[in-house]
Amino acid sequence: MIGRILLALAGLVLLAFLIAPAPFAPLFQPFTRNGAPAIYAQTSLLSLTLSHLAIVAAAVAASTVIGLTLAILVTRRAGREFLPLARTVTAVGQTFPPVAVLALAVPVLGFGTGPTLVALFLYGLLPVFENALAGLTGQPPAVTEAARGMGLTPRQRLWQIDLPLALPLLLAGMRLTAVISLGTATIGSTIAARTLGEVIIAGLLSSNTAFVLQGGLVVGILAVLIHHGFQALESRARRRMGLE
Amino acid sequence: MIEIRNLSRLYGGLAVVDDVSLTVDKGQLLVLVGTSGSGKTTLLRMINRLVEPSAGRVLIEGVDTATLPPHLLRRRIGYAIQGHGLFPHRTVAQNIATVPRLLGWPRAQVAARVDELLDLFQLDPAAFRDRMPHQLSGGQAQRVGVARALAAKPDLLLMDEPFGALDPLIRAKAQADLKEIQRRLGTTLILVTHDMAEAVALGDRIAVMDRGRLLQDDTPARILTDPATPFVRDLIGTADRALRLLSLIPVAAIAVPGKAQGAPIAPDASLRDALAECLWSGREALPVEGGGIVTLDALRAQASQR
Amino acid sequence: MARLSPPAVLFALIGAAGLALPLVQFKANRIVPGEGVGLSALPFGLAVAAGLAAVLIAGCAAAWPAVLRLAAAIAGLVAVVLSLGAAASHLTPEGNTLARVAPAAGFWLLALGFGLMAADAVNRLRPSLALRWLLLAGAVALAAGILASGALDGVSVMREYATRRDLFMREAQAHLALAFGSLGLALLAGIPLGIAIFQGRRWRGTVLGVLNILQTIPSLALFGIMIPILGWVAAAVPGAAGAGVSGIGTFPALVALFLYALLPVVSNTLAGLSGVPAATREAAVGLGMTRTQVLAQVLVPLALPVLLAAVRIVLVQNIGLAVIAGLIGGGGFGTFVFQGLNQTAMDLVLLGALPTIALALVAGIALDLAVQGARRGAA
Repeated sequence: MIGRILLALAGLVLLAFLIAPAPFAPLFQPFTRNGAPAIYAQTSLLSLTLSHLAIVAAAVAASTVIGLTLAILVTRRAGREFLPLARTVTAVGQTFPPVAVLALAVPVLGFGTGPTLVALFLYGLLPVFENALAGLTGQPPAVTEAARGMGLTPRQRLWQIDLPLALPLLLAGMRLTAVISLGTATIGSTIAARTLGEVIIAGLLSSNTAFVLQGGLVVGILAVLIHHGFQALESRARRRMGLE
Repeated sequence: MIEIRNLSRLYGGLAVVDDVSLTVDKGQLLVLVGTSGSGKTTLLRMINRLVEPSAGRVLIEGVDTATLPPHLLRRRIGYAIQGHGLFPHRTVAQNIATVPRLLGWPRAQVAARVDELLDLFQLDPAAFRDRMPHQLSGGQAQRVGVARALAAKPDLLLMDEPFGALDPLIRAKAQADLKEIQRRLGTTLILVTHDMAEAVALGDRIAVMDRGRLLQDDTPARILTDPATPFVRDLIGTADRALRLLSLIPVAAIAVPGKAQGAPIAPDASLRDALAECLWSGREALPVEGGGIVTLDALRAQASQR
Repeated sequence: MARLSPPAVLFALIGAAGLALPLVQFKANRIVPGEGVGLSALPFGLAVAAGLAAVLIAGCAAAWPAVLRLAAAIAGLVAVVLSLGAAASHLTPEGNTLARVAPAAGFWLLALGFGLMAADAVNRLRPSLALRWLLLAGAVALAAGILASGALDGVSVMREYATRRDLFMREAQAHLALAFGSLGLALLAGIPLGIAIFQGRRWRGTVLGVLNILQTIPSLALFGIMIPILGWVAAAVPGAAGAGVSGIGTFPALVALFLYALLPVVSNTLAGLSGVPAATREAAVGLGMTRTQVLAQVLVPLALPVLLAAVRIVLVQNIGLAVIAGLIGGGGFGTFVFQGLNQTAMDLVLLGALPTIALALVAGIALDLAVQGARRGAA
C-alpha cells in the first residue's frame, strides 16, 4: 500500500516537473557550475518525454505483435521444425548488446528516430518471443489433455486455452522489453533520435550534471512506473486464474 | 542414559513443549508419538539443540548438553530425518562420511567405515559408493540417510519420521531392518512418528504427546491395554487393538507342552501370525518348532482385555 | 519427390536474397556515396555463387544427416567471408588507401543464411557438452585463423583496424578490463551481500529495493552521474585519489558497471541459497556442521549453478554496456563506435561494434555451457 502511494506521488511529481520545470530549478542548481542553467531548456522536456515514450511504445507494440505471432507459428504443427532453431536464435540474440545493435542499424537505416525504433524493436523481440513461447508450451499437460478430450479444434485451443493461459508470461515479456527499451532509447540520441537522451548528452558535453541528473531521473521514474504498471496487470491476470 | 528434565519451549508465549520429563535407558528404543503440532518434533530437536529449550535440561550420561558447543554435541548424536536430506552434490560415500570427516578421522578409517555401513544396510559398497543421491530409490536413499547418521558410532540416534516418505511395503521392511540394526549395535534410539502402528511395531517404550504435554510414557502393551487418557485411546484406535497387542508377543512366550497336527510355527513369530494361521487352517492348536504347542484358547486369552 | 526440411527452405530463401543483392559496397573514398557490387559481377564470383546456391538448394532435402549439413554450412560461411575479402582486394586499385570496400546487404544475408543453417545443424546433432565446447573452440579458432591469414585485409573494417592497430589493442584491453573488472568487483561485494541478506531476512527488502532502483537509471545517465560524484570523492576524501579513485577516464565507467552488476549477483546468490532443500540444510546442521561449514560445504556448492547464471548475465550485459564508456571517455570499443557515429564513418562503427558482439556472443555461449556443466555436477 505504501508502495502504491509512493509510486503515485512519484508520478505526480514527475508530471509537475515535466509541465512546469522552472520551479524545480533550485533543486538542480547545486549540480551546475559557473552559472550554467539548471533546467534543460533547448527543447521542452514534456515533448521530449512524449517522443521518448512514443518511440518505446511503438517499438514494444511492434515487438509484441511480431514476437507473439512467431511464437504461435513455431508452436503449431506446421512450424514445429523451427522451434529448436527459434530457441537458439533467441538465446544468441539475447547476447547482442543493445548499443551495438543500435550502432549497426545506422549504416542500414541512417540517423534519426527510424534506426532507434528498429533497433529497439529487434532487441525487444527476444524477451517477448521467449516469454510467449514459454507461456504457450508450458501449459499443464492435464489442461491440454482436457481441452483435446472435450473436442476443441487446434484453433479453438489456441484462442480459448493457450493464449489466455500464456497472458501473464507474455505481459512479463512486454515488461522486460519496455524497461530495457526505455533505457536504451536514451542512447538513440547519439544518433539524433528525439529522446530524453538528448538532455543527458547535453549534460555530458557541457559537464552539466544537473542535465544528466534530470534526464536520468525522468527516465528512471518512468521505468519504475511502467515496470509496476505491467506487474499490476500481470498479477491481475494471474489472480484471475487463481495462480496468486 | 538420556534424562530430559522439565523441558519446555515457548514460541511467542505459547508452550509448544510444556514441562516434559523423560528418561531413556541405554540401548532402549523410545518412540515419541503424537499428532502434528503435538510438540514431538520440537522435543526431539531440543535434544541435539537444533532448538534451544526455553526451560529445563537435557542430560546425556549425566552431562548437561547446554554446557557443550552445539555443533560438537551434534557430532556425537546421530540424526536422520524424513526425506533423508542427503547432500545432492555429494556421492553416497561422501554423504555417509560427513561426520567422521568433520571429526577428522583418518582417510582409511573413514573408507572402511563407509563400506561397513553400506554392508550393514544391504547396499553393495562397490555398486553404491560412488552413486549420487538422485540415482537412488526412495528406500535406498532412506537407508543411506540412516547410515550417515550412524557413521561416527553415536551412542544416541535421533530420527524424525524417518520412514515418512516410503511406500507401505518398503516401510515395513525398513522398520524391521532398523529394529534389527538397533538391537545389534545397542544404540539408544529416539524416534518421532505420528503413526501409532509404527510406534507399536518399533518401540520398547512409547511416549504419547499432545499439545506440548507428555500424556503417557509406557511399554506398547500397557499403552494398548491401559491408555491413560481418552486422547491416547483415540490415537491407538479401538478397532484392531487386540490384534496389535498380539503382534507384540512372540509365540514362545505362551507355548505349552503338548502335541498338535499340521505345519509348525516359528517360536519368534508373533501371536498375531499364530492366530491368523489357526483361523486359516481351521486348527485349534499349532505345533511350535522345537517342541510345544500354542492353542487358540491361549491366544484368545492373551487378546482379550484383562 | 524427396521430403523438404522447412527450416532449410527458409535458409535457402535468405541465401537467395543474399545472392541477388550486392555483396559489397564500393566507395572511392570515405565520404562519397557508394555503389553496390554483386558477387556474380566479380571475376571469380559466378562459380562461387553457383556453388553456394547448390549447397543451399541441396540442403533443402530433409534426408541430409546433421554432420554433413554442419560441414556444408561452415564451408558456405567460410566461402562467403573469403569472397568478401577477395572482392575487397579485387575492387581496390593497387596502392590506393582511400577506396573503401564494405560488406553490404548481400554479404550479411548470406552470412545469416549459412549461420542459421549451421545453428540448425548443431541443434539436430544434439551434441554432448564436451562436443559443444569443442565446436565453440573450433569456431573461435576458425575466425581467428581467417582474420590472421590476411584474407580480409582489404575490407574496410580491417583497413580501419590496420591504421590504428595499437589503439585497437589498447581499447580492447580497456573493454575487457571494464567488463571483467566490474564482474570481479561485483562478485567480491555481491556474494557476501547475498549471503548476508539470506541469513538476515530483515534487510532483504531494502537491499533488493535499492539495487532494483539502480537498474532503472538509464546507463547513459548513471555513467554521467559517476563523473562528478567520483571527482568529488577523489578531491574530498584523503587518499582516495591515491587509491585510483578518479572522476575521469575508466574509473567512473567501472563503478557504473559494477553497480549494474550488483543486482544479478546478489539476487542470484539469494535465490541459489534459498533453493537448497530445507531437509538438506536441516541435515547439515543436525549432523554437527558449524555455520561456516554449512555455508562452505553445502549451501554454496549447491547454489553454484545459479551463481554461474548470474556471472553469465553480468558478463554479457557488461560487455555490452561497456560500449557506453566510450561516450564518457572511459575507453573500450565504444570509443570507435561513437567516434564513427560522430564522423558518419560506418567502418569505424563496425570496428567497435563487431568485436563487442563477438565477445558477448562467445562469453554468453561459454558461460551457458559452464552453467549446464555445473547443473549436471550438482544434480
